[in-house]
Amino acid sequence: MLKTDQLTKQFPAPNGKTVLAVDHLDLEVDEGQVFGFLGPNGAGKTTTVRMLTSLIAPTSGEAWVNRYKVGRDDREIRRTVGILTESPGMYDRLSAEKNLTIFARLYEVRDVKGQVEKYLRMLGLWDRRDDVVGNFSKGMKQKLAICRALLHEPKMLFLDEPTSGLDPEAAKLVNDFVRELKTEGRTIFINTHNLDEADRLCDRIGVMKQKLLIVDSPQNLRQRLYGRKVVFHLRQAPPAVVELVKGLPFVKEVQCLTTESGDKLVVALDEPETQNPSIIRKLVEAGVDIQFVGELRHTLEEVYLSLINK
Amino acid sequence: MDKILTIIDKEWAEVFKNRVVLFTVVLLPLVFTIMPLVILYTMETAGPGGAVSEMPPEFTRMCGDLRGTACTQVFIIYQFMLLFMLLPLAIPVAISAYSIVGEKTTHSLEPLLATPITTAELILGKGLAAAIPAIGATWVGFLVFILGTRVLVSTPQVSARLLDPVWLIGVVVLGPLLAAAAVSMSIIVSSRVSDPRTAEQLSMVLIVPVLGVFFGQIGGLVLIDAGFMLAMVAVMLLVDAGLVYLGVRLFQRETILTKWR
Ligand SMILES: Nc1ncnc2c1ncn2[C@@H]1O[C@H](COP(=O)(O)OP(=O)(O)O)[C@@H](O)[C@H]1O
Ligand SMILES: [Mg+2]
Repeated sequence: MLKTDQLTKQFPAPNGKTVLAVDHLDLEVDEGQVFGFLGPNGAGKTTTVRMLTSLIAPTSGEAWVNRYKVGRDDREIRRTVGILTESPGMYDRLSAEKNLTIFARLYEVRDVKGQVEKYLRMLGLWDRRDDVVGNFSKGMKQKLAICRALLHEPKMLFLDEPTSGLDPEAAKLVNDFVRELKTEGRTIFINTHNLDEADRLCDRIGVMKQKLLIVDSPQNLRQRLYGRKVVFHLRQAPPAVVELVKGLPFVKEVQCLTTESGDKLVVALDEPETQNPSIIRKLVEAGVDIQFVGELRHTLEEVYLSLINK
Repeated sequence: MDKILTIIDKEWAEVFKNRVVLFTVVLLPLVFTIMPLVILYTMETAGPGGAVSEMPPEFTRMCGDLRGTACTQVFIIYQFMLLFMLLPLAIPVAISAYSIVGEKTTHSLEPLLATPITTAELILGKGLAAAIPAIGATWVGFLVFILGTRVLVSTPQVSARLLDPVWLIGVVVLGPLLAAAAVSMSIIVSSRVSDPRTAEQLSMVLIVPVLGVFFGQIGGLVLIDAGFMLAMVAVMLLVDAGLVYLGVRLFQRETILTKWR
């Protein structure tokens, strides 16, 4: 559960001016939701998370995390949220277990040993618990940092670019784990500039660049900007058939593409769920062979780039 | 309280894996204790004469009834005790320079600050982790020094001089005050630099006054008595108040995350 109201952060800049990092941000994230906070480098994502975890104070505006107010209930907020910081910041000279033990104690965890073991096992680091973290790979350090963020079983979890700098295998592991956490009912706030990740992981996405540009589900985001398109793969599409589809009252736009294996009709529709069947019926009546029907998915990247460049 | 202990535990686990720090904490007190004992012992065996002429004439006043070798030995003890006062400065600086600059460069302060620890608990934990080994090493070294002189110096009045109020005040009261100054100084310097060695060297400006007194005593300019020590205690209380205030102001969550580069 998270809510911000006109949350703003300015930093003093060396030339005496100020940098507006976060500009009057209004956000709401429901309990149990995975929220993707998407934006290019320097968009203000880390600054926002730092404010929401009571690490730095907002310049103006208000925010509530787990019903605690930022600036007033800072200790309660720190007690009840977990954070994966941008860099793991592990103590390289200490063992994995020692690193976690220290944080479990600082987080006032009752069963320190038990919690440390639970998460080391869960992320597959139990066998390496006595190794110094300095010898760990980037992916292992990141996993350890995730353990550290979870030791006190926070209801709300902030992940600041959890897969940046990881190889694809480690990134997949981290993402799979986030999906698992979601099934436990935790609210998860993910900073990312990785569109794919946001698309696959998040229930809602906020696109940010100083200001919040848009908030919606990944599907709606695509739809809102491009409408929905369906691709009909046909063995052959004679011009008469194209005209026939174009003539249907609910069809907004038709494109015909010719490929080696056949022709593709790309049809823009408002509600493919109810409109596809009548198109298919018409095509069959016209004696055309339908090979495949599928929804044309715009990548979120296109949506994102068009928003950012506005 | 548990959080302070956790920080101390963490600091010690981490910092004593560092050879430079270990060297300072173990070797420095060892050298400062063994060296004067060796010198005192050679003076015993060399017989009268020795180094008397090198002693500032003003110092003989401090010797009271003691003459010749015995007076020189008192002088040696006074000189080395001053060097001893460098321990509560050098050890905390070594520890906290590495601990704070180290955390800064590895970005480990941010996850630490995200826990429900208060800033006061964090400073206290770090400060105590640096000051306790320093004060411990100073006190243990002092004890060894006392016992060593008892055994090695034949004139009992000479070794008794170590238990003068001067040095009891020095070791018991001034020592911890110096350690507090050293810790605060390291915090202040560490906020500005990104190399522990530089932090250590800059913080060591604190030893200049102690060295000043050391050479002042050789030159006969300064006579160290209980009054002088009490004055030093008063000065250090003021210096500590100023340095701790500055250190605490710099060691704020927001400042650490936004201004420490
Ligand atoms: N401590 C700081 N001092 C000055 N400017 C800062 C500081 N931290 C961040 N900024 C500025 O605020 C903006 C947002 O930064 P950040 O929140 O780190 O972005 P993101 O995490 O989205 O990459 C950037 O322009 C950055 O330069
Ligand atoms: Mg960032």
